[in-house]
Amino acid sequence: MSGGVDSATAAARAVDAGHEVTGVHLALSSNPSSYRTGARGCCTLEDARDARRAADVIGIPFYVWDMAERFHRDVVEDFVAEYAVGRTPNPCLRCNEKIKFAAVLDRALALGFDAVCTGHYARISDGVLHRAVDPGKDQSYVLAVLTSDQLSHAMFPLGDTPKVQVRAEAARRGLAVADKPDSHDVCFIADGDTKGFLARHLGQVPGQIVDTSGTVLGEHDGAYAFTVGQRKGLHLGTPAEDGKPRYVLGIEPVTRTVTVGPAEGLDIIEITAERPVWTGCVPPAEPRDCLVQLRAHGDVHACTARPAGDALRIRLHHPARGVAKGQAAVLYDGDAVLGSATISGTSVATELVRS
Amino acid sequence: MSSHNTSPVYLDHAATTPMRPEAIAAMTEELARLGNPSSLHAAGRRARRVVEESREQLAEVFGARPSEIVFTSGGTEADNLAVKGLYWARHQGSRRRVLTTSVEHHAVLDSVRWLSEAQGADAVWLGVDSGGVVRPEALRVAIDQASDQVAMVSVMWANNEVGTVNPVSELAAVAHEYGVPFHTDAVQAAAQLPVDFAASGADALTVTGHKLGGPVGVGALILGRGVAPVPVLHGGGQERDIRSGTLDTPAIRAFAVAAAECARCRVDEAARLAELRDDLIHQVLAAVPDAVLNGSPPGPDRLPGNAHFSFPGCEGDALLMLLDANGIACSTGSACTAGVAEPSHVLLAMGADDSRARGSLRFSLGHTSTKHDVDALGLVIGEAVDRARRAAAR
Repeated sequence: MSGGVDSATAAARAVDAGHEVTGVHLALSSNPSSYRTGARGCCTLEDARDARRAADVIGIPFYVWDMAERFHRDVVEDFVAEYAVGRTPNPCLRCNEKIKFAAVLDRALALGFDAVCTGHYARISDGVLHRAVDPGKDQSYVLAVLTSDQLSHAMFPLGDTPKVQVRAEAARRGLAVADKPDSHDVCFIADGDTKGFLARHLGQVPGQIVDTSGTVLGEHDGAYAFTVGQRKGLHLGTPAEDGKPRYVLGIEPVTRTVTVGPAEGLDIIEITAERPVWTGCVPPAEPRDCLVQLRAHGDVHACTARPAGDALRIRLHHPARGVAKGQAAVLYDGDAVLGSATISGTSVATELVRS
Repeated sequence: MSSHNTSPVYLDHAATTPMRPEAIAAMTEELARLGNPSSLHAAGRRARRVVEESREQLAEVFGARPSEIVFTSGGTEADNLAVKGLYWARHQGSRRRVLTTSVEHHAVLDSVRWLSEAQGADAVWLGVDSGGVVRPEALRVAIDQASDQVAMVSVMWANNEVGTVNPVSELAAVAHEYGVPFHTDAVQAAAQLPVDFAASGADALTVTGHKLGGPVGVGALILGRGVAPVPVLHGGGQERDIRSGTLDTPAIRAFAVAAAECARCRVDEAARLAELRDDLIHQVLAAVPDAVLNGSPPGPDRLPGNAHFSFPGCEGDALLMLLDANGIACSTGSACTAGVAEPSHVLLAMGADDSRARGSLRFSLGHTSTKHDVDALGLVIGEAVDRARRAAAR
């Protein structure tokens, strides 16, 4: 129970469904004030109190579990390390994979519980993860990394309900968090300044900014400040010869070279993804036509996915823009999640850049 | 998880103990009455009489003169007043050293830390032996290093976590050889041991109501007449001008009634609790042979109602949750504001490593404890430990 409206309502629904429910709030920082404070966070004293009060109202026992070490190692350090090698991680996905449905679930099972119930917006049907009915809140993308075994011990009671109805239900149940603002941003970056956070952790690691022909256009203090598809904040001074905006097309971690170029250079047609997890189908032996989502709340694209050894190759039927390494490629059949893998390489449609 | 199927078993009397019926009756009666004890009219005089009779009653229980009882809002305030007030009163010139132990309650520990961080005090932390006892020789050595610079000494009478009882009168005598004021936090000792202020030799002594069957929110600093700490709270000048604030007549009355009742039964009760406690230790060790009893062995150096164990391979908070689900209330020791169990600073000071400190639980008995409570724990502790070990092994 994060202290928000979703997990509180999910807990209440689990009780209504006849389960014996215990509320658990995760302490994710050993020094709570060092993470986000104020209206929102996973791990502030105010959130812990909100979660406790919700548990009181629902009438369930409540405990705080200290996951600070695991969270720091598996989510915060992973986040920094991924940026350091030029990828763009999704820490919420990693927290689901390593904390909520791993460290917490393992401990819960050992202590005699059967499942972890959360306020995520997603549905599980016959062991297969599906999108939530509320498309604006759907969180299947950040849960698709879960294995079948993890899903078999997961409960998402809110997946069949639009968020606006969840808030109304929370108010009806007398939960004070009914109108608490939604969470945004990365919970462990207190001021929302990801670039500053990375600079504090990674320091200055200067490199060059080049165009697609290799001409040096400028310098930077750290490639981690750039994300593929980024247009603003390049500080190149002079405009491109063709006068068109320039975008970050690629980040090369070893030489710390950031390549920029025209928008067409972002048009990705083929994706390589590592460590696939298949939960909605058996690992396909043959190429399979399906849909793929390439970032949280991003568009879905028609594609053909085919296994390639331990990895997965995804051929998009039409180019997609702004595909960053480190993000998940989640395959869907309609609303059903087939599987998920981590994007490790991309090929552009125009062959301007290969990264 | 199994659910509550029997009456709740309360083994956390060191956190707070049920109010005694006599105290509830006295408090309820007094709540319906009018009067500020500082007022000059009849209603005020009536309330003042209740306060003064209560003061006399408490003075008798704790071997003090009535004028030595300074009412406070509880143990934390009394500790703050003693530590900060005596430091402020004495630090002029070169007296900046504050001697205390590394096993104090946070009310003393954090007051000393604050004096050190914000007020220029020089904190000296006395170590303890593996049982948690502060040796008078250790105090002597620490004072001797710079005896003219010591502002005050604070050593707890009995430890709130492991129940270890310190040789308070010997410690006070050492401090007095050097003319240094000596404070002791007797919050845990007061319910179960004969706490006699005059005989202890202490200059300041903390007690609180809710650990001996009185209400939460009232306590006292017992202060020798020549001892004048600088006040923490300024205002109307109540309590010898040392602790301002309207006196809480109903709470003070109930505190005194509870303390008197506690004193009346103390000898028999201590023997009864020690017997129950020994049974508890026996049953826990029978169910979990590798559990380690922390603190001094049962006897005069240990509170009769305290049993404190480390369960190797367990996390204390997981074990607490499993016992809670079985209707058994106990404690992991100190908890931080967010509710996260920190490794006990007391066990760490006694030489335990981090995992042993984290894997520990306190069971504390009090005036409502029965053999049924102990047996209920004995019945489930083995399985709970097995399960907590499986959880920790993951």
